[in-house]
Amino acid sequence: MNRIVDHPILGPLADAEVVHIIVDGVALTARKGEMIAAALIANGKNTFRRTVKRDEPRGIYCGIGRCTDCVMTVNGIPNVRTCVTEVAEGMVIETQLGSGEWQ
Amino acid sequence: MKRVQREIVVIGSGPAGLCAAIEAAQAGAGVLLLDENAKPGGQLFKQIHKFFGSADHRAGVRGLDIGVQLLKQAEDLNIEVWLNSEACGIFDQNSVWVVRDKQHSITVEAQRIIIATGAVENSINFPGWTLPGVMGAGAAQTMINVNRVLPGHRVLMVGSGNVGVIVSYQLLQAGAQVVAIVEAAPTLGGYGVHTAKVRRAGVPFYASHTVKEARGTDHVKSAVLVNLDSNWQPIDGSEFEVEVDTICIATGLTPAVELAFGSGCTPVNSPALGGLVPVHDAGMKSSNESIYVAGDVCGVEEASTAMEEGRIAGLCAAHSLSYLDEAAFSRRFEQLQHNVNALRSGMFGQRRREAKESIVSSYGVHR
Repeated sequence: MNRIVDHPILGPLADAEVVHIIVDGVALTARKGEMIAAALIANGKNTFRRTVKRDEPRGIYCGIGRCTDCVMTVNGIPNVRTCVTEVAEGMVIETQLGSGEWQ
Repeated sequence: MKRVQREIVVIGSGPAGLCAAIEAAQAGAGVLLLDENAKPGGQLFKQIHKFFGSADHRAGVRGLDIGVQLLKQAEDLNIEVWLNSEACGIFDQNSVWVVRDKQHSITVEAQRIIIATGAVENSINFPGWTLPGVMGAGAAQTMINVNRVLPGHRVLMVGSGNVGVIVSYQLLQAGAQVVAIVEAAPTLGGYGVHTAKVRRAGVPFYASHTVKEARGTDHVKSAVLVNLDSNWQPIDGSEFEVEVDTICIATGLTPAVELAFGSGCTPVNSPALGGLVPVHDAGMKSSNESIYVAGDVCGVEEASTAMEEGRIAGLCAAHSLSYLDEAAFSRRFEQLQHNVNALRSGMFGQRRREAKESIVSSYGVHR
């Protein structure tokens, strides 16, 4: 896990309600209220989608919902900006290929 | 489409928008504050360092604590806030098309609109720049300070301006190692106090250097750095490789002007403040009588200045709707002008002040 548990300014990481998500078929846990991108990076997943022509990996870039590099298919909806979308209980998140497909 | 009426609509709840809303509400105006995000504050809550300026600017207080204070003030003033509400366009100078919760559209007919949409980070491209692990310095800052997640363990910072050195220091605080800070210019760009802190922590700076390539297959594994000559050209044979898993890009910001220009605000070019910005007068009024602008959207500076500009915009927008008598308005306006000028002084501030004065002086010409 890449959680910052202790921090000299922000103090210890406060407890948060656990949210269960499924990422590419694997059950993972996230913290309630956090963005999907944060939950994935905390769990060690850095590739969020692959490009259609060259099959290149892409991850987060701007982290504030502007660049759309981090889009994934969430609950069957493609192109969801994971850096500005909160996790939710039971959410199904999938690595997206190209511009994705509605499911 | 559903329509509602409001006196003043503020778009964006970062430092400028929050202060604009507070100032206008204090003057007595009815204010609606919009933000596309789930939480208000814009990028203020990731600024965990102490701010500059005088006591009037809450210098010495950390950005996130200022955010908490401003939200409290907004709440005490009963300012109406719509979150998850995206302002998609401004029509006929007064109608804001808002999409709420990505579900339904609503038109807000506003007598005055204050656009405070901020700025976005610049990027530079080089082979490998699309690899996971290459990200804006602001993205890394959001990850560590807001989400409490470490995006990498060995970081290369590209750019030695304030964002580069402040985020480098915060990466160290979060437990990462900053392997190097490269700066294409021959001299470092950040405030001395921030630069010195990072230097004391043992982080090496490379002036006249840039990143030539990021290497790796599914993630950054290393970066190739190169020395630049006095014409900013790479010197062949000077390349060397550093092992990093993260490359942060801190090469400045560009105003997020889409909404302002889409609504018809006249642009003016201000290279020192990030490029094309909506022209505005000293009271932050754009070329459009009903639209005001504040903060990074009309020239990239820093959060303290954005807050003062927001207050000026809020004050002037409220005054244009006949709130406050002339004496009270003038007194407050002069005070805010004084504050903003104080922030635009000194070695770094003077250039910004001249650039702002140039925008304001072109107001009559460009309208």
